[in-house]
Amino acid sequence: MNSIITAKDLCLWYGSAQALKNIDIDIPEQSITAFIGPSGCGKSTFLKTLNRMNDLVPGVKITGRVRYGKQDVYAPGLDVNLLRKEIGMVFQKPNPFPMSIYDNVAYGPRTHGVKGKAKLDDIVERSLRDAAIWDEVKDRLKKNALGLSGGQQQRLCIARALAVGPKVLLMDEPTSALDPISTSKIEELAMGLKEKYTIIIVTHNMQQAVRISDYTAFFLLGELIEFGGTERLFSQPERRETEDYITGRFG
Amino acid sequence: MQNSSISTGRKLYIRLMKGLCCLSAAITCGVALFLIGYVLVKGVPNVTWELVSTKLSYLDGTIGILPDILNTVYIIIATLLIVLPLGVGAAIYLTEYARNKRLVAVIEYAAETLSGIPSIIFGLVGMLLFANTFGSCLLAGALTLVIMNLPTVMRTAQESLKTVPQSYREGAFGLGAGKWRVVRTVVLPGCVDGVVTGCILSAGRILGESAALLFTAGVAHTLNDFFSGLGSPGATLTVALYLYAREPRPGAAEASFAIAAILMALTLVINLAAALAGRYFKKRSAL
Amino acid sequence: MQKQQRLAETIIHGVFLLLGLVTVGCVLLITVYLVLSGIPAIRQIGLVDFLLGDTWESTAAEPSFGILPFILTSVYGTAGAILFGVPVGFLAAVYLAKLAPPRVKAVVESAVSLLAGIPSVVYGLVGMLVLVPGIRRLFHVPDGASLLSAIVVLAIMILPSIIKVSVTALEAVPSEYEDASLALGATSIETYFRVSAPAAKSGIAAAVVLGVGRAIGEAMAVMMVSGNVPNMPSLFQSVRFLTTAVASEMAYSSGLQRQALFSIALVLYLFILLINAALNFFLKRDKER
Repeated sequence: MNSIITAKDLCLWYGSAQALKNIDIDIPEQSITAFIGPSGCGKSTFLKTLNRMNDLVPGVKITGRVRYGKQDVYAPGLDVNLLRKEIGMVFQKPNPFPMSIYDNVAYGPRTHGVKGKAKLDDIVERSLRDAAIWDEVKDRLKKNALGLSGGQQQRLCIARALAVGPKVLLMDEPTSALDPISTSKIEELAMGLKEKYTIIIVTHNMQQAVRISDYTAFFLLGELIEFGGTERLFSQPERRETEDYITGRFG
Repeated sequence: MQNSSISTGRKLYIRLMKGLCCLSAAITCGVALFLIGYVLVKGVPNVTWELVSTKLSYLDGTIGILPDILNTVYIIIATLLIVLPLGVGAAIYLTEYARNKRLVAVIEYAAETLSGIPSIIFGLVGMLLFANTFGSCLLAGALTLVIMNLPTVMRTAQESLKTVPQSYREGAFGLGAGKWRVVRTVVLPGCVDGVVTGCILSAGRILGESAALLFTAGVAHTLNDFFSGLGSPGATLTVALYLYAREPRPGAAEASFAIAAILMALTLVINLAAALAGRYFKKRSAL
Repeated sequence: MQKQQRLAETIIHGVFLLLGLVTVGCVLLITVYLVLSGIPAIRQIGLVDFLLGDTWESTAAEPSFGILPFILTSVYGTAGAILFGVPVGFLAAVYLAKLAPPRVKAVVESAVSLLAGIPSVVYGLVGMLVLVPGIRRLFHVPDGASLLSAIVVLAIMILPSIIKVSVTALEAVPSEYEDASLALGATSIETYFRVSAPAAKSGIAAAVVLGVGRAIGEAMAVMMVSGNVPNMPSLFQSVRFLTTAVASEMAYSSGLQRQALFSIALVLYLFILLINAALNFFLKRDKER
């Protein structure tokens, strides 16, 4: 397996509180990796170090190393904006911009300098198709995105993230605000997307991790306790803490 | 990642917009600084004890602004005395008594409309309503200002009433207190901060007001005590500034600058007071 | 005892109801008075001649009362003030809401409150003694007291309202929108202008409308810098606004002239009501979000 993202000895502090402790991980490409663990375990924080969204939080200090391919993510000369173009993100709460569906998807490409209606039309259609929402919205591309249902909004957000052509898609509990039917649609979508993309998904829901992920990482109190193939991790956990968690003894 | 940084076009756009934002903020600050500096430099040397302690004398050809200062003080006091009960009462009605949502909407819409009306219109209506019935005098001016400041006082009182926790009221009702008793003992003390803020804001507005007073309070520069002042016409500082600014009389321009400096200093004081009051009440309500 | 108390409560309730209705009464009173005193002159002069007549000679032997010059001056003056004031105000608001470090923000904000608190006669005085001669010298015109001076003064005077309302609107934009934009690889500046500002557009529109209301209603400052001659508006000529038309002749007017001044006030009032309605529309739309 080829790894696409590697973290080495990664630590993160919010002010004086340490939120991540010496994380070492190699995330394989074109697969789905799930981050699981109880709330406050650092799984979302770690996710956000991968596209440097933590930079926005005041008082954050990070040591150690994160690599995306050969690129050092925290190298001083690196352009964060181009990094985020490569590593897209989908948030917990669907957050389409208060604009038309078309403009939502076209926002990223436009920002990165794509011009011309034909080109944009093409990208918008392709992204919406990839996000399995094209058929539902193709007749109302000019309508405000806030008129869509929650599940549709989340798939639109996925389309928006795909439109800039990322290699990696970070998903931060993308279904926690959705109903079961919308959730299963997003799960199906994620499984289809791993043909082309590497997906890292933070989830609260262990069934979800089992259903869709190839690899699972278990976090506890800022530490990466265990990482491995999902089937193996859930059937034969190596660590006591993992077993306690997946058997529901805490969390 | 093929490229190492975003395109030059984007960089230019970012730099341009950032520059424009900073420039605009700088212009705003620059204008404010210039206004303070210019008015104080031109005005302060003209603020003499003689100017602020005497009245205008056509015989000696000297200008004194004591009457104008007193008129300003009188009109602020008179306006606040009338507008406070009205505004706070209206706020209490809206937050404590009103059950009819439609009526609340109508009252709030009226308040919004009132706060959007230009002062020259208040001046005109004040002239028709008050000055034409009992002559132009400070009281006519004060009544006009009452209408103008009513929305401000009402809104600030309303805001602070909203911060009185519902549990206090429930607690008082639970003890078997009547509505009026609850309002008097629990709700009214809770809106002191709103009243203070409303007073400061209104005082600032009255201090700066001129168009509404020109035809209601009159333009005389005579020395009066509070009660005879209310019944006789008199110019406030702003009106006096306006009158002296267009007078060719020697010393008039200096007098208007002196008044401008005094007004500017008072504006600074009022802004400071408003900021301090805001901070104080915020701290207190956080406790 | 019980009965007495209930009676007292009813009376107190009634008193508060009356106090609550004072505002409504004031608005009605103002409206009725303006309509009653504004209609007669319009009737006598004729609505078309009054609104569209281009000469105002109220004290001539054969007086004519056309207020088109005032209407146009007010419209142009306001438009000019908006043209200068809105971009500066909006950009300064973006700076304050998104870019400024906390300390700098506090300083700029106090400058903004100061600008809001300065009495209009002080603006007028400084305009009269700095701006008017400056414009005369800069553009080599015979008199600097002109529409342009008024526009500059008005643009400065509306800045604080535009800045304050826009800052509130920009700060209310949910951070999720901004996060989404940043996660797509947009820079923070691109995010503020392409996501935050469009998301705050109702609030910013309200700021503009508020600015329009302030500008069209300002009297004293404008009176001191605009020369106050009832010309048709032109950038370097002395002009008279709706507000200053009322203020400048009221002191000595009588008869039809006086009534015509009330009619002007009525026209101004209608403008303001229209602006208020627009303001309400934008604010309401913002709240519904």
